[in-house]
Amino acid sequence: MKANICTILPVVGVLLLATNAMAATRDENAKDVIKGEEVAVLADAPDVPPAIKRDHATKVIVHLEVRELEGRLADGVRYTFWTFGGKVPGKFMRIREGDLVEFHLDNHPDNKMPHNIDLHAVNGPGGGAASSLTAPGHSSVFSFKALNPGLYVYHCATAPVAMHVANGMYGLILVEPKKGLPKVDHEYYVMQGDFYTKGANGEQGLQPFSMSKAIDEKPEYVVFNGSVGSLSGDHALTAKVGETVRIFVGNGGPNLTSSFHVIGQIFDTVYQEGNMSSPVHDVQTTMIPAGGAAIVEFKMSVPGTFLLVDHSLTRAFNRGALAQLKVSGPENKLVYSGKISDEVYHPEGTGIRVTDQHAEPAPAAQNKAERIKLGETVFKTNCMACHQQNGQGVPHAFPPLAKSDFLNADKLRAIKVITGGLEGKVVVNGQEYDGVMPAWDLPDEDIANVMSYIYGNWGNSGKDVTVDEVKAHRVKAE
Amino acid sequence: MRVIVATLAAALLLASGGAAQAQPQPASDDMVLLPAGNYIPAFARQSARAGTAPSSPDRPVRVDAFRLDRYPVTNGQFLEFVRQHPDWRKSRVKALFADQHYLERWQSDLDGGGERSARQPVTSVSWFAAHAYCVSQGKDLPTTDQWEYALSDRGRNQEEVKTAALAWYGRPNPQTLPDVETASANGFGVHGLVGLVWEWTLDFQNALPGSDLRNGGDKGGGQFCGGASFGAKDASDYAAFMRYSLRSSLKAAYTTENLGFRCASRTP
Repeated sequence: MKANICTILPVVGVLLLATNAMAATRDENAKDVIKGEEVAVLADAPDVPPAIKRDHATKVIVHLEVRELEGRLADGVRYTFWTFGGKVPGKFMRIREGDLVEFHLDNHPDNKMPHNIDLHAVNGPGGGAASSLTAPGHSSVFSFKALNPGLYVYHCATAPVAMHVANGMYGLILVEPKKGLPKVDHEYYVMQGDFYTKGANGEQGLQPFSMSKAIDEKPEYVVFNGSVGSLSGDHALTAKVGETVRIFVGNGGPNLTSSFHVIGQIFDTVYQEGNMSSPVHDVQTTMIPAGGAAIVEFKMSVPGTFLLVDHSLTRAFNRGALAQLKVSGPENKLVYSGKISDEVYHPEGTGIRVTDQHAEPAPAAQNKAERIKLGETVFKTNCMACHQQNGQGVPHAFPPLAKSDFLNADKLRAIKVITGGLEGKVVVNGQEYDGVMPAWDLPDEDIANVMSYIYGNWGNSGKDVTVDEVKAHRVKAE
Repeated sequence: MRVIVATLAAALLLASGGAAQAQPQPASDDMVLLPAGNYIPAFARQSARAGTAPSSPDRPVRVDAFRLDRYPVTNGQFLEFVRQHPDWRKSRVKALFADQHYLERWQSDLDGGGERSARQPVTSVSWFAAHAYCVSQGKDLPTTDQWEYALSDRGRNQEEVKTAALAWYGRPNPQTLPDVETASANGFGVHGLVGLVWEWTLDFQNALPGSDLRNGGDKGGGQFCGGASFGAKDASDYAAFMRYSLRSSLKAAYTTENLGFRCASRTP
């Protein structure tokens, strides 16, 4: 008898643990009784619909409208997006494991294209696509039962699929596990996508889709939530010290796999590939395949601006895959002692950039045209990484050099900025920037050439900068 | 069931259209003669006609000589048609033959937008209406083969055609459509196959095996998922995928704002 009690109790304990950890099976979810019905609450990124409070399965009615709309891809760059619900990414849907979804795909009459939808949360041919090809001005209805919990991508699957997806036709659907997700202070919705424009990155105006760049998988833009700078400045994600943040991160692709990372944060928990059964902990970077998703959670310990990036870094710095999470609250010097916390996120620091002193002296340019020509190489070697190929800069991070009022207003100041560096707030073309530019210890001639190049391009004033001017006005290295 | 009824109705229309009036001779200067020739369809498909072997991705299809309207049918021409055939007026058309968006741009039964839109392509017409129009002219809708053969233009300027098509897809519908004469002609002398409106074909649902008019429900749509690149002549010809998937998304009573038509004549 005594032995019995000892053996039974641990067994019961193990059983309880097992039941908690194991989600309901597909078959169990298929059999879940449907009680009542409701219309789904949908949300535009970066918002997420509220958590589900129900403790039973229900019929959820979803209306998703496809719109083909012209919108902003980057500053001065327009693009015709094809959208689920009017924005990229599409509306976030939130249902519960076992729910029956009655799905209405409405193709707006103003649209030019037929569309359908493949939800990765569906078990069935085409994930719904086989039942939802819809002509403009029409609506298709199909239903499915949510058998597997998880975070799933949905996308248009009409031929040519890659073009529909490249134009922005993707979003996320969360099938919440029956026991729900742990409570957090903030939930956000972020989705990466690659865009293929005919014009090079930064080329202004309405840009058509480039079929050849898409097939070559050479995007001009890689962005979060449909445009460069969609989550920065006034639109940055926010939280306070001590709060927990959960980000539902998707990757629409169509082609690139994201190395998703938040600079200055370790993910406490990651539901890799959006699976609910085996979250992992203490992760630096999580891989999100095209057509895949992940849930990341972390608690804010210190204030600061934290950058969400695709850690395939040229995408972040040259293609737009950059977003901001601004955290306010008291410092915690024990966790992070940094005196100028911003510096950590600008690896160049304020120190003087010493370039190769032993480099061959550049051939002397004799006139303005030659200076402009030689300046291009200097620009590409030293300036382009931040200020971008066409001098357009990066919103909220690196000020533009193209048509720059700051630059054109004062040539001598510009010489001092380049040779002495610049730190702190500066307003360029009406936008405020608060970053750090290092001092560039380049020969006088290189400075003169690169400045002539910058002034001679991108709608700038065309000022000439001579070696003598640089010599006279440069900030001398100590 | 609905589709079967519609198909029957179409057959009746065909019969009545032929019997009710003497076949008027189409004005030949409005049409372009396309000589017999071969073309390679963008997809392996089954022919609408019995006894024709399905083509393979790289097997050319023979198209007999035929004539094709130089331009898409205009609002002005369609207005003349509904004057003479009141059953096809906005207020009288049967729901079976056209959905509720039929002639949506028109103000009323006999007001197609006046002079301003008389030379613009008529849109928001169902397959039934388009077919009835062509029959009334002693013509027919072009088959998908005929239409695609006209576009293939014996291989002339095909890259430009693709680029123009993609550019058109990338622009939202304009408030008003351009006049048909503004569209340029291809090597055959056919204007505006790309860049004006989508166009109905006689066998629009027959692009892929097992997806003809009798196969209701899911239509050919399922095959237009990612797997559509199977059996495609050129998986990088996105413009062709667009045309075929648009056709697959349609039913004969559907109308949309950018879908018009032109007629063909089998007798050269």
